[in-house]
Amino acid sequence: MRQFFIRKNLPILATAAVLVLLFGTFSLLFPNFLSLRVIANLFTNNAHVGVIAVGMTFVILSGGIDLSVGSVLGFTTIFVATLINHEVPPVVAIGLALVVGSAFGAGMGAVIQVYQLPPFLVTLAGMFLARGLAFVVSAQSLEIKHGFYGAVIDFGIPLTEQVTLRATSGIFVAVFLAALCLAHFSRFGRNVYAIGGNASSALLMGLPVARTRIWIYTLSGFCAALGGIVFTFQTQSGNATNGLGLELDAIAAVVIGGTLLSGGVGYVAGTMMGVLIYGTILTAISFHGQLDSSWQRIAIGGLLLVFIVIQRLLTRAPAFGRSN
Amino acid sequence: MKHRNSSLGIRWTALALLAAMLAAFTGCKQESSTGTDTPRPGKKLVVGFAQVGAESDWRVAETKSIKDEAAKRGIELKFSDAQGKVENQITAIRSFIAQGVDAIILAPKVETGWEPVLKEAKAAKIPVVLVDRGISVSDDSLFATLIASDFVAEGKMAGEWLAKKTGGKAKIIELEGSPGAAPAIDRKKGFAAGISAFPEMKIIAAQSGDFETGKGKEVTETLLQQFGKEVTAIYAHNDNMALGAIEAIKAAGKKPGQDILVVSIDAVKAAFQAMVAGELNCTVECNPLLGPAAFDAVEQALKGGTLPKKTVVQDRVFEQSGAAAELPNRKY
Repeated sequence: MRQFFIRKNLPILATAAVLVLLFGTFSLLFPNFLSLRVIANLFTNNAHVGVIAVGMTFVILSGGIDLSVGSVLGFTTIFVATLINHEVPPVVAIGLALVVGSAFGAGMGAVIQVYQLPPFLVTLAGMFLARGLAFVVSAQSLEIKHGFYGAVIDFGIPLTEQVTLRATSGIFVAVFLAALCLAHFSRFGRNVYAIGGNASSALLMGLPVARTRIWIYTLSGFCAALGGIVFTFQTQSGNATNGLGLELDAIAAVVIGGTLLSGGVGYVAGTMMGVLIYGTILTAISFHGQLDSSWQRIAIGGLLLVFIVIQRLLTRAPAFGRSN
Repeated sequence: MKHRNSSLGIRWTALALLAAMLAAFTGCKQESSTGTDTPRPGKKLVVGFAQVGAESDWRVAETKSIKDEAAKRGIELKFSDAQGKVENQITAIRSFIAQGVDAIILAPKVETGWEPVLKEAKAAKIPVVLVDRGISVSDDSLFATLIASDFVAEGKMAGEWLAKKTGGKAKIIELEGSPGAAPAIDRKKGFAAGISAFPEMKIIAAQSGDFETGKGKEVTETLLQQFGKEVTAIYAHNDNMALGAIEAIKAAGKKPGQDILVVSIDAVKAAFQAMVAGELNCTVECNPLLGPAAFDAVEQALKGGTLPKKTVVQDRVFEQSGAAAELPNRKY
């Protein structure tokens, strides 16, 4: 039993160890790295990736994938910016964008479920669609000038004299906590794990597989749109090219966080650590000051490779059991 | 048992890989701290440079100019390449602030979106010098100065040159830069102004090639299939796209520089080579060697001096006739 516990949790324990090891090493290497400001920045800078990765966790837990999230983020930023520039109140614009993002996700989920298509292909189509639509809305980047935005951006909880926790980090943390409850303390969460573990047994057990799957992609679409809104707070503007390739960063964060791509196993908390590892590496590269950020890709690539191999070894034995 | 061993092996591999990564970091760090020039007496200035990426020859030349100038002045430069992503640039600026650099040089990817992070820099009393592209912010005290070429003037010069060359009659394909980028917006505006006096100068198609050679070629290929018979000239927002267009014209069985005139902006070395080969007709200079001016501004701002909000770099037009003579002088 104890061995089972360790095996099941090894990926997330490895993730935690890597995060501590990386942060510790960089703190020794670079002056000022170990500071509240850097830690607060990790949440502020990566809030958009974080929100999207949390949504992606549910998709991957169910054994699926969502490639459209980066494009939906880009679409949302330009959509909200355009609406606000046309005198639509920001709260209405944000609400509309969240509805559109969720509906987009729901549509993809429905197509995946009804026609039994691979999520990879359906969300790939969604990726092109959303990006194209974003350029239709406006090919030019738009500044968002509104008192509401200024107020949200200036809002912050001062931690020290120099460091304030921004509203965007607040959204990230709130989404994370909500997802934690949803994954581990709700019927929906249990169904997601069950579908990812084995969809046909979940169906035989009488679980609402179809409905749950559509909800999963709806949730991912919602998170992508919310990530887009966070992005508009970060940059006070909208641009159709925002979030190019972001879906891959989000997937990497989820996998580094210990969630199995085969579904059924993983933690929302792991994803949070995955996002922080991703941010820590990027911050260290700026602190170093001589490397270009392609080293972030190299580091993430290396970590990803190690993690998927570990996962493969850990899942090998149970996988045999499952197929028999 | 076998499974156990291999899993152990993997754990070691993982550890070794991590160790190697960290060692690489440490190694580079040591190299950088010993490899810089002789420090000046007193505290060494630390300046962060948030660059967009290395998408064109022009930008590579700009990065080199700033790195060289920093080394020359004994300034420690923290360089960040954002790989064309605004969010990476913002992260870099925040890290510079966290490190407590003395000043920040920013080459903004797009015009909008800088207000929140520049407010943080201002709160930390770190001056920000913008290079090569402007930004739109409501409060212009958020940056010390902008050092850049006048993109509208460049586009206008290109338009006027083409109008003169063609006698005011042309059917033009315009290859635009990245949507939303200041040079793309301004060079389009300037070109339109340059040809506005000639009703027979018509832009029959305009599409973005993202300032990249490959995209420029791709877009031109598509547009030539559609408008191949009528096109007489191509205007590209930068040399890299023009070089791509030249490839596409050749692939379509026409002669670039003769059947279809090609005019572009930037004046990089490769453009001069293309002019010598007779394939490019004209390029308007956009000087990327902004290092000296940028560090002058940084030092001025740190002394507390007031700076003009914009310092314009003067640009020239180069034609085929002078290309061979100028080629050896081009540094980028």
